[in-house]
Amino acid sequence: MRIKLVPRQTHSKVMTWMTPVMALVLSLLSGTVMFSLLGYPPLESLYAFFISPISDLYGLSELFIKATPLAIIAVGLAMGFRANVWNIGAEGQFTIGALTGSALVIYFPESDNVLMLPAMLILGVAGGMAWASIPAFLKTRFNTNEILTSLLLVYVAILILSTLVHGPWKDPAGYNFPESVIFQDVATLPIIVPGTRLHFGAIFALLVVATGWVLFSRTLAGFQVRVSGLAPHAARYTGVRSDRMVWYVLLGAGGLAGLAGIIEVAGPIGQVQPLISPGYGFAAIIVAFLGRLHPLGILFASLVLALSYLGGEFVQIKLGLPLGIAGVFQGMLLFFLLSCDVLINYRVEFRRPGTKSSASSA
Amino acid sequence: MAAITTIELVLLTVISAATPLLLAATGELVVERSGVLNLGVEGMMLVGAVSAFIVMLTTGSWALGIVAGAAAGVIMSMLFGVLTLFFLANQVASGLALTLFGIGVSSLLGIPFIGLPIDKLPALDLPLLGDIPILGPLIFGQDFLIYFSVLMIVVVHWFLFRTRSGLILRAVGESHDAAHSIGYSVIKIRFLAVMFGGAMAGLGGAFLSLSYTPMWVEQMTAGRGWIALALVVFATWKPGRVLIGAYLFGSVTILQLHLQGLGVQLPAQILSMLPYLVTILVLVLISRNAARVKLSAPGCLGQIFHPHS
Repeated sequence: MRIKLVPRQTHSKVMTWMTPVMALVLSLLSGTVMFSLLGYPPLESLYAFFISPISDLYGLSELFIKATPLAIIAVGLAMGFRANVWNIGAEGQFTIGALTGSALVIYFPESDNVLMLPAMLILGVAGGMAWASIPAFLKTRFNTNEILTSLLLVYVAILILSTLVHGPWKDPAGYNFPESVIFQDVATLPIIVPGTRLHFGAIFALLVVATGWVLFSRTLAGFQVRVSGLAPHAARYTGVRSDRMVWYVLLGAGGLAGLAGIIEVAGPIGQVQPLISPGYGFAAIIVAFLGRLHPLGILFASLVLALSYLGGEFVQIKLGLPLGIAGVFQGMLLFFLLSCDVLINYRVEFRRPGTKSSASSA
Repeated sequence: MAAITTIELVLLTVISAATPLLLAATGELVVERSGVLNLGVEGMMLVGAVSAFIVMLTTGSWALGIVAGAAAGVIMSMLFGVLTLFFLANQVASGLALTLFGIGVSSLLGIPFIGLPIDKLPALDLPLLGDIPILGPLIFGQDFLIYFSVLMIVVVHWFLFRTRSGLILRAVGESHDAAHSIGYSVIKIRFLAVMFGGAMAGLGGAFLSLSYTPMWVEQMTAGRGWIALALVVFATWKPGRVLIGAYLFGSVTILQLHLQGLGVQLPAQILSMLPYLVTILVLVLISRNAARVKLSAPGCLGQIFHPHS
């Protein structure tokens, strides 16, 4: 018996939405194996990883808190991936957005102006855009690969953050800890569910998803993005400038990553610290793929990845498992997804040795 | 004498800093020459580093540690190979997945070993030659992986440009359809190239955890996998230039450390940005000549191959 991949006539819509589910199931199965290999009771561990963390209101609210930055970043990244622009430096744009937004608090720590928060959000978006404009400029002006430049800039951004919190931004009354002052009330996102930490940022995430959805499927700009990814020559022929497309999608993705960054520090964290992201910018890449580069899919996918972070923290506290397990789970999920995705464009055919190709039969 | 010793020390550290980049970039060069873009170098290096360290610490054998690093890299690269060559997955996404997975796996495996000390991979003891002033320790007083990294540049150059198999590998990278139609197994050749890349990245990681800083620290590669990828572009896919590039980057890394040591009035973090900024700068300088990059890059780099399409 030989297994053959036979191209489909058109790509399968059903499979497009089935493979994420298949990938999840496969990751869960591998998770069971992984837990038993590590010497932990597999079913209990899985329960502790995926069910316990969200079995009460507080847990659910924590899930939404973690899904917020993931969804916001992923919507921006999805735009780029559709246009074949590989911005993998969202982590850096997130970091710079958090810093430019926080600068207001650092320099006006006493201010009680109600416009503080909106101004911080705008500055956050601007910071993310500025950081993403570097790979955009280098790509369009000097033909430099945006994958490598955007990624390398992540390291630079994190070093800038480190410079600031260890130096000029350190709270003078903070016993020399590398942390900024704690943000005052007007600089902090309001809580929307009393008794939890769920903050206003979650509303922003929903707005971004909704706007992204309208842009994607209902406007010319969204259409142009899709065409320039699928058929770059056709796009150029119809007057879509590929340089301009690179700028649009990088600025869009950078701005959203910056927004996510300032929301994170002005929301759950409440100050600038050396570590402001557990890798949201990278996990958002998985979110974008798992959500089929579609805003609505991204909404669900962001909850899945948020659960992987939450579950990772939970099993660390309850079972003493290392935190790295969340990363392993995330990597596995993307592996399985990418391999299952072959079913979107190909059918699997089983042939007995010796029989001729049956590609013509349906 | 003191001045000579300082120069010696500086050059020794430059060689040390260049070696992990050289190993990983040499492997990736062969992978890309076969038409495959594996962005998972960082992940393979990390898993190589942690595996080499664990095996060395538990068995006490340098040889086994080095072999473990290479083997771990190969296993990681096979995941990527299966994904992109058999399941026809997008190479950029698969490479990223490999890096994310490698970061997770290495941190998981390494937890019990954080902070444990081992001895530095010893230099090969070459009698008499090592006693020659200046040149002696530089040329004849290095460890196995350093010699191996330079040797591999020669071997890879010879293989790619002087052997029939190398010609076939380049043909597969240049045009997989043409290579396929004259009967070469594109998938098999690419899979072998990907495995070689994995072994070399694993060795690059092993050098970090056994020799450069003999210990295990989470994410200790600190972006070297990505710099190695940039080096391949910088070298316009030519082995000799990878050697030059790696030593150039080694010098930048060391320059940065020495500036800190000389008391340059800048925060350490600003100086630590140097290697990344120089990498970007060098990429820009090479890429601005679009025609040249297009001429030297393998024709099918990053493209999915399916014999039916």
